[in-house]
Amino acid sequence: MIVRTTAWSAGPGCHGGCGVLAHIEDGKLVKIEGDPDHPINRGRLCARCLAMTQYVDHPERLRSPRKRVGERGENKWVDISWEEAYDLIEEKMGNIREEYGPESMVFSMGTGRDVGAWICLLAYNYGSPNVMFALSGIGCYSPRIAASETVLGDYCVFDGGQWLPKGHDDPRYEVPETIVIWGYNINASCPDNIFGHWVTDLMKKGSKVICIDPRLSFFASRADKWLQLRPGTDGALAMGFLNVLINEGLYDRAFVEKWTNAPHLIRSDTGTLLRASDLIAGGSPDDFVVWDTVSGAPVIWDSANQEFRSPGVAPALEIPADQCAVHLADESSVPVKTVWSTFCAEVAKYPVDRVAKITWLKPEDIIEAARLYANSKPATIQWGVAIDMTPAITPTSMAIAALWCITGNLDTPGGQVIARPAFGAVAYALPGQRGPIKLPDMESDKTRIARDRYGVLSEFIWRAQTDVTLEQIFTGKPYPVKGMWIQACNLIGGIGYDPKRWVKALKKLDFVCVVDTFMTPTAELADIVLPAATFLEKDGIRSWWTPLESIVKAMEVDGCRPDNEINFELAKRFNPDIKWANLHELLDEIVSPSGMTFDELAERGWELPPDGDPSAPYLRHERGLLRPDGKPGFKTPSGKMELYSVLRERWGFEPLPHHEEPPFSPVSSPELYEQYPLILSTGRRSPVYFNSEHRNIPWLREVDPDPVVELHPETGASLGIGDGEWVWIENMFGKCRLKAKLTPIVPRWMASATHGWWYPEHEGAEPSLRGVWDSSTNQLLPMGYQGKDGLGTHAKCTLCKVYRAHTAPPGAYALPGGGVIGGATSTAATGAGPAPGHAARRGGVSTGSGKEA
Amino acid sequence: MVTKRKAKAPECGLLIDYEYCTGCYACQVACAQEHHWPAGMGGIRVQEVVQALPNDRAYLAFIPFPTELCVLCAARTRKGLQPACVQHCMAACMKYGKIEDLVKEMTKPRMVLWAPRA
Ligand code: SF4
Ligand code: SF4
Ligand code: SF4
Repeated sequence: MIVRTTAWSAGPGCHGGCGVLAHIEDGKLVKIEGDPDHPINRGRLCARCLAMTQYVDHPERLRSPRKRVGERGENKWVDISWEEAYDLIEEKMGNIREEYGPESMVFSMGTGRDVGAWICLLAYNYGSPNVMFALSGIGCYSPRIAASETVLGDYCVFDGGQWLPKGHDDPRYEVPETIVIWGYNINASCPDNIFGHWVTDLMKKGSKVICIDPRLSFFASRADKWLQLRPGTDGALAMGFLNVLINEGLYDRAFVEKWTNAPHLIRSDTGTLLRASDLIAGGSPDDFVVWDTVSGAPVIWDSANQEFRSPGVAPALEIPADQCAVHLADESSVPVKTVWSTFCAEVAKYPVDRVAKITWLKPEDIIEAARLYANSKPATIQWGVAIDMTPAITPTSMAIAALWCITGNLDTPGGQVIARPAFGAVAYALPGQRGPIKLPDMESDKTRIARDRYGVLSEFIWRAQTDVTLEQIFTGKPYPVKGMWIQACNLIGGIGYDPKRWVKALKKLDFVCVVDTFMTPTAELADIVLPAATFLEKDGIRSWWTPLESIVKAMEVDGCRPDNEINFELAKRFNPDIKWANLHELLDEIVSPSGMTFDELAERGWELPPDGDPSAPYLRHERGLLRPDGKPGFKTPSGKMELYSVLRERWGFEPLPHHEEPPFSPVSSPELYEQYPLILSTGRRSPVYFNSEHRNIPWLREVDPDPVVELHPETGASLGIGDGEWVWIENMFGKCRLKAKLTPIVPRWMASATHGWWYPEHEGAEPSLRGVWDSSTNQLLPMGYQGKDGLGTHAKCTLCKVYRAHTAPPGAYALPGGGVIGGATSTAATGAGPAPGHAARRGGVSTGSGKEA
Repeated sequence: MVTKRKAKAPECGLLIDYEYCTGCYACQVACAQEHHWPAGMGGIRVQEVVQALPNDRAYLAFIPFPTELCVLCAARTRKGLQPACVQHCMAACMKYGKIEDLVKEMTKPRMVLWAPRA
């Protein structure tokens, strides 16, 4: 039997969406292949999905709910039935709700995958608004989405033709002349719902590449322009690009005039937007004002009706200094300037020479890259998680969004295509979207952790702020946190910074439940562990972004249950009035905007929205497809793309893009830089792992057997470190042990470390916790350094020193069973992977110091 | 007396456009899955090659190398299917075919034609 379905966690781990054909014999997975017809992957499949036979049948896979019998972290368990597990959870979480209120339970998720919807389903029906994405500063993806929503009312991705039925062959499509790969080794991880190899497809068709990355990636090697910037200075670079574009007139002035709020006026006295309520008695504070060059007078922009209050207005982008006073309703007169002048003045603070100093780039490289991007039609930017890895994530994203827009690439074929969930079918609240899974009322959201401190959390990101949550576990203020539900989330071994503090935090709680496919360092600290099913063992849907896809159950693994079934069952127990009789009714409601039921969708496999649907390209702002009222324009307060953000002004944050130095850098902490003279960038991706997963899958582990830190050969030589030697990476917060890989693909001033390392093969009980303290780079990253708006972090731009470790971590790795899953034995080494003898070899100290210098 | 061993001329091969090989290792795992190789063995091994260049530059390349264990997916190709590695190659940079045809497709630099077996 061959079952056609969609890959989306659990299992491959990535943001998924690839179409697969699962070959099932006697209820077992015997082979998995790419679906040749599928619009995302067209028959291809990456290593993670191809290794699914080793995943589903893994001997260490959790196959029964278990209950802790020793102390937390003692790794003493007894298997219990599902019924008993549900009863226990109902009792423990029920007690917390009764005694402290539902908000005292926090629901923790890892990278945004299928499980997000189901965690919300459980949390919201239990009554808690505290769903937490466990990374410091919520620092992955949602800050970029929220920033883009803030200024544009929508999010954008690069256009690889992915949303057209015929892909590249669609007559509407244009191959991008230039693709900017910004902070992204996109082919390795397929993150953010983008299939990385769409870029190689387009390179073959002639697209040029600008690669912004301190490390020589595949793309950097083949780029027409490679900018090897200092980590954490992306904001300065984006401002430098804007500076070149504006000074050289390389922008689309017609777009700026028509579609942005560039002509809106700003009061020079307060520095805030001039509103109709300032101008006339009874004017609305939601309406803005422009300077009409025809009448030589201010005219009101009616935001609700998306029109000027008088006909034939020609708004000024710049007003001459001698004509710029406006009479206000209170009879006073105030000097004004346009948003455009203010934006340009901010951009002018970033002349290329200054940007070169900040970013450690050459001025001519910045100028040439900016010109190449601006002169290419169409051109597109695909940005990665590196952008989130700065506390000034929002102002940085605003600068990059301004680049898309003022170059006229917005929602154009081969440009920056607006990304919406197919047919608007969403399961739960995401930035800019609401689905059927929601809190009973807005009142219940009031207690969400740090919601009121950070405006963006009340508007776009429906999460508890992570750093504040951790503090609250210790302070109990303003209310105690008493329990955590942790699902598909390796808080201790993967996503949590300062993991030792998280261990303390978990130990303070009355109740911890972990749902996962394998034991992890996090699961070791739970009271109850539930065994989750993989994507092959469940029904579900995916609408992130398009097409709308179905996930269908191809098989079952005894004892395991799908996340959505587990959470539905518990949601029903905590809220007997739940709206849906069963999970399939809920799936039906989620997909209903497409006009299909779940079964109808499953029959088809996937469905692309037709032209004219707001989730189908192109030029939707011109066609009135973005705003609820059907008028042309954007879903922002002014209806324009906002170069000066109305919402940021309201929230009390800088309304303009800019650069801020990360907290630990040669510039912001020169004393620390003397002690820790290398820039530490963690999170170098592996093409075979997704974050902290898959180290126990033999076919994958043999590709990347050890945690690696890449150092330039000269840096290695100067530190007496040889290739393949174990080294300590240390800074003011902690240290970890990785294996040095000396390679000229990294700059001399950087240590590029792999993240998410723990050793599934090591002892589960404390102090080992599956070896997490050996090689977890998160020990060098403190919590509590999020940006001013609660977002953004620093995993890719901190400081460290590196020195020889002389020893390997204990219990070095050998492939299970001599290399085979299921008991067969492996014999030979072929040179590429670890082999018998590998473990012994790596324990020794290399004498190769300096040999590559 | 030494007699010259007569090797049969290979008929089919794999054409790799390594300019586009991203080092995703899909081919390696696809082969292991198809032929049930344990970790540590397989029909194809991806090698990373970093070449330092003048002026402090470097070039990063990946080369998928068919090993002694590559059988050119005879069972698949007989059925008209592509070899497992070729089908799943994320960069679509591998081609299977008759050597005489593949030679004609070597129309750009940075390509290699492997003839792993007769
Ligand atoms: S990118 Fe890889 S892991 Fe993710 S769904 Fe596609 S094939 Fe599977
Ligand atoms: S052709 Fe078949 S046997 Fe040879 S490497 Fe590819 S998948 Fe393996
Ligand atoms: S699958 Fe293709 S792109 Fe990936 S490593 Fe193999 S040859 Fe290279």
